[in-house]
Amino acid sequence: MATSVTPTSSDRVARSRTLSGTSRRDQLFRTVLTACTLSIPILLVMLLIVLIQGARPAIAKFGFHFIVDSVWDPIAGQFGAFPLILGTLITSLLALIVAVPLSLGVAIYLTEFAPPVIRKPVSMVIELLAAIPSVVYGLWGVFVLVPMLRATVFPLLRNLLGFLPFFRGVIYGPSVLSASVILAIMVMPFIMSVSREVLLAVPNSQREAALALGATRWEAVRTAILPYARSGILGAVILGLGRALGETMAVTMLIGNRHEIVASLFAPGYTMAAVIANEFAEAQDRMHFAAMTYVALALFLVTVTINACARLLIWRVSRGADAGGREL
Amino acid sequence: MVRKIAAVAAMAFVVGAAPVTAQALNGAGATFPDPIYEKWFDAYAKKTGVKINYQAVGSGAGITQFTNGTVDFGATDGPMNGDQMNAVQGDVLHIPTVIGAVVLTWNMPALGATQLKLDGPTIADIYLGKITKWNHPRLVALNPGVKLPGDDIIVVHRADGSGTSYIFADFLAKVSPEWKSKVGVGNSPNWPTGLGGSKNDGVTQQVKQSPGSIGYVELIYAIANKLPFALVKNKAGSFANPSLESATAAAGSATFAANTDFRVSITDAPGAESYPISSFTWLLVRPNTKDATKAKQMKGFLEWMITPAAQEMGKALAYAPLPKPVVALVAARLKTLKGAGKPIM
Repeated sequence: MATSVTPTSSDRVARSRTLSGTSRRDQLFRTVLTACTLSIPILLVMLLIVLIQGARPAIAKFGFHFIVDSVWDPIAGQFGAFPLILGTLITSLLALIVAVPLSLGVAIYLTEFAPPVIRKPVSMVIELLAAIPSVVYGLWGVFVLVPMLRATVFPLLRNLLGFLPFFRGVIYGPSVLSASVILAIMVMPFIMSVSREVLLAVPNSQREAALALGATRWEAVRTAILPYARSGILGAVILGLGRALGETMAVTMLIGNRHEIVASLFAPGYTMAAVIANEFAEAQDRMHFAAMTYVALALFLVTVTINACARLLIWRVSRGADAGGREL
Repeated sequence: MVRKIAAVAAMAFVVGAAPVTAQALNGAGATFPDPIYEKWFDAYAKKTGVKINYQAVGSGAGITQFTNGTVDFGATDGPMNGDQMNAVQGDVLHIPTVIGAVVLTWNMPALGATQLKLDGPTIADIYLGKITKWNHPRLVALNPGVKLPGDDIIVVHRADGSGTSYIFADFLAKVSPEWKSKVGVGNSPNWPTGLGGSKNDGVTQQVKQSPGSIGYVELIYAIANKLPFALVKNKAGSFANPSLESATAAAGSATFAANTDFRVSITDAPGAESYPISSFTWLLVRPNTKDATKAKQMKGFLEWMITPAAQEMGKALAYAPLPKPVVALVAARLKTLKGAGKPIM
């Protein structure tokens, strides 16, 4: 008993031998891992440098006005990215508004309520959705979703909510709203599968404790499980947001590609990723090219800012969760 | 898209399979003439053994690659402007290869198979957002006897920068002073109104899906997809049906200066037969190539390309052939090409 607790001298010798025997390999392993880890920030910095270099003529000419101006005229050499930035933010936000409650609902149902028979197949099907290439979503959007929205959903929205400026005007089909709907469908599987994992990771003791105190299933979910999983769910939402911000193909096919800010969600719009996809190959003019790179830089910064804010939010929420846990 | 991928894949195969010693000419540029270029290069390789690789990356990228010297020749649908030509080290020569036409297509189920008639100023005003209803008096006047409905016109244009847009905007600028001053000519104009679709198929989809829409696509694309297309009034006052013959006629009626660089716009061309939204598409070559072998190969190909046999191959793919006077001018110009500073034997 005593020998196993207090290491004998021979034990010590054996340990130091194994340590020295592997130390070189350890060193190598450590170096490789460090290099791997460093490569990511280096990549990020290099990306930033290239973007700034490429965008320099446009930065010099337009400066901050690029972010707030709305004119995009390659012929006259005038570029302003405000409609693009706004379009990106609005489509992503609308997508989240639709996708978050839906995917969270599915995740809660699958982890807490669904019988095992349907749990597996349903989550598999949803994860399959995540593997569909975005061009396919785009095509489906063009041929199925947009005609359907134009024929039924949009006129209904206009009749019901037409008193709001967002649901007025001519219905074209391709529009900010159509793009947001396809985005919602695309980000849903991500949010759903990550939040499902997070909910599954909630310890059973948490559930049982709530139920033992006489909580109904719904009360257990609301008071014991969701607060525990809060930061993880936020992480899932941010993953979805990241995907929505950068999504290109499907949005380009559905948004109508128009550099203009209109209150109506039925009107066509544009996003930063979509304009790069459309115009980059044929940007002949030096300033046009620089403006495209400037848009890429802006997209980069918007994504980084949103992610940073989200991190901060998670950090604050998880601190709150700890405090709540202690109260229990 | 598929075609492009196929072309790239095919090229990768060619590059991979070619023996290291075989020299090949490399080119890049316009997507619009890509099918005929692929066909020509293939036929020419079978005939002479000279391999020519072509990447359909778009006119803009083609000009950039040619300027940077990473390809032996470029290809473009819109001629290079003065700034772009100055950026090229040495000189650049535009060689017209075939003629393309841009047609207006629409989706108006009430019209049935009726072929619409349009004129330049009306098209310009539709694309300026000034004519917004199908039963606008000017459209009614152009189409006597046609019952036009009172629907909104949904304008569809290209969202990507494109030679097709360049040709279309070039035509509108010639027929509408307002278009010229407000929008201008370029391959991605700041469209005053409408929806943007990516490439010809994006525009076509948008038009097909939206009743009341009007859009413009390349003639070859409209024929292949059986789209309706409008008769357009030309400078002589007659309504020209877009076709290979009327596009060639537009080029035939163009006047060339004695020492032309072939950067000639043939939109709104004179002549009763001419279709007014037509344009050359060009290869960009160097008048003096450093590598004498490559210079000889390039010249050999260009001389073959303007033969009737090669031009006929274009017809099968719905590209209009160059008219005889232009072929003669090009042939004369090709004689002046040099390799390593010396005339090519």
